[in-house]
Amino acid sequence: MTDPAWIDAALTAARPQAVGALLCYFRDLDAAEEAFQEACLRALKHWPQNGPPRDPAAWLIFVGRNVALDQVRRGSRQTALPPEEALSNLEDAEAEIAERMDGDRYRDDVLRLLFICCHPELPATQQIALALRIVCGLSVRQIARAFLVGESAMEQRITRAKSRIGGAGVPFEAPGAVDRAERLGAVAAMIYLLFNEGYSATGEAVAARAPLCDEAIRLARLLLRLFPAEPEIMGLAALMLIQHSRAPARFDTDGNIILLEDQDRSRWNPKPIAEALALIDKAMRHRTPGPYQIQAAIAALHARAARAEDTDWAQIDLLYGALERMQPSPVVTLNRAVAVAKARGPQAALDMVEPLASKLSGYFNFFGVRGALLLQLGRAGGAREAFDRAIALANTAAEAAHIRQHLDRLMKDSVS
Amino acid sequence: MHYALLCYHSEDVVCSWTKEEDEAVMAKLAVVQERLAAAGKLGPVVRLLPTTAATTLRKSSDPPLVIDGPFAETKEQLLGFYVVDVENLEEALEIARDLGRANPGGSYEIRPIGLFFPGQPAP
Repeated sequence: MTDPAWIDAALTAARPQAVGALLCYFRDLDAAEEAFQEACLRALKHWPQNGPPRDPAAWLIFVGRNVALDQVRRGSRQTALPPEEALSNLEDAEAEIAERMDGDRYRDDVLRLLFICCHPELPATQQIALALRIVCGLSVRQIARAFLVGESAMEQRITRAKSRIGGAGVPFEAPGAVDRAERLGAVAAMIYLLFNEGYSATGEAVAARAPLCDEAIRLARLLLRLFPAEPEIMGLAALMLIQHSRAPARFDTDGNIILLEDQDRSRWNPKPIAEALALIDKAMRHRTPGPYQIQAAIAALHARAARAEDTDWAQIDLLYGALERMQPSPVVTLNRAVAVAKARGPQAALDMVEPLASKLSGYFNFFGVRGALLLQLGRAGGAREAFDRAIALANTAAEAAHIRQHLDRLMKDSVS
Repeated sequence: MHYALLCYHSEDVVCSWTKEEDEAVMAKLAVVQERLAAAGKLGPVVRLLPTTAATTLRKSSDPPLVIDGPFAETKEQLLGFYVVDVENLEEALEIARDLGRANPGGSYEIRPIGLFFPGQPAP
């Protein structure tokens, strides 16, 4: 007897590979999804009787293909159906099919599936919604809840995304080495977007969106199994594992964000941190640093510090410097300034922040950081002005509340 | 006679468990472990991190090749294992290289450990 929970987990795990292969076969997202659904129904019927197959993904692909073909035949002409035994007695056929499916095919299928979801013609939110529906198999209701929109609005968004992809004529042939590398980068970015969609949730949205983080980590592990020697994918997985390890310490009982330096580090989850550190060690051996690896290395330095004051800020400053050279952006420089303030003092950091004023004039965090630096330098008037600007630009109540704490502290200090 | 019980399962499935499902399994296992520990029959208990965190030292060439990912040959069988306490992957690889020089052929898979109960092996 096969445990229903096991079957459920096995179907979830096999989904990207199976839908990917079926998509390659049918060249139509809806047909591939339907075939997969049918195969799952068969699995629920057969696996408890016959025991689980050796390779669930191969079984589902094989059965999904047959069932769909069967339906096409039934719909087009009154041809004789294949004998039921051919489908119900799959022991030998499944093993044979599994033998013939080589790893290269599998990984191209999964990549193609992920790549189709992050088609450049789709806006990021549609890419994520489509990936959640097609790759992860989340229901429209679950996705709608995660994005805080109505179910019918999400249904429309996904339908629109599918038809846009259908109209764009996505190529289905096996990608070459260059293409594959490019796709991998796009897919990595999509996975990180998916993660951030979950990670950036605040207040009431946290419970609904937290599963997106787990899903992103699962996809990164899947990619890593398909491409075991890609250091940037190791870096991406490590980065998400460390960020997610802090989940139990990131919010107070009112749902407000607790800053990294104020978090109760004993509540960080040690298992994903250990896994991430192992992945970073592996990635470093390749000596081809990339943005995900560097961000993961920064996250690792925070994770290694038992107390906030033990953080190796000088090393973090250096890593941000490397990230700046690789991916110049005012936001990266701003983040670096926070490390610089700790490592070299507030004046050095302020000198770094001031030139960013024109580029970041609409960014709440710029004024938050600037205010904090001015405060450290004893320039209370300037700090107050910066904090006021920050509150005006805050995107969420949580951001505004955080800045207000600074202002309150400022008020208290000026009274005492 | 000591026996090693080596845990095999589909990683796809185990990695798909939610935190709650995982904790429920671990809690059920803990009941069995406590009983064994009380009877003085429990040795070390180890849970490995996913194979995606693994590195393999292949001894078939000289110097041995370091390969990302788990050991995946089916011609060879798992014949034993070490548990070492090291700072990082490099140090673990160094130990594997030393062991490899003493023992020709085969491979070592270096897998980080997620959970380790040293236990009190029966005499």
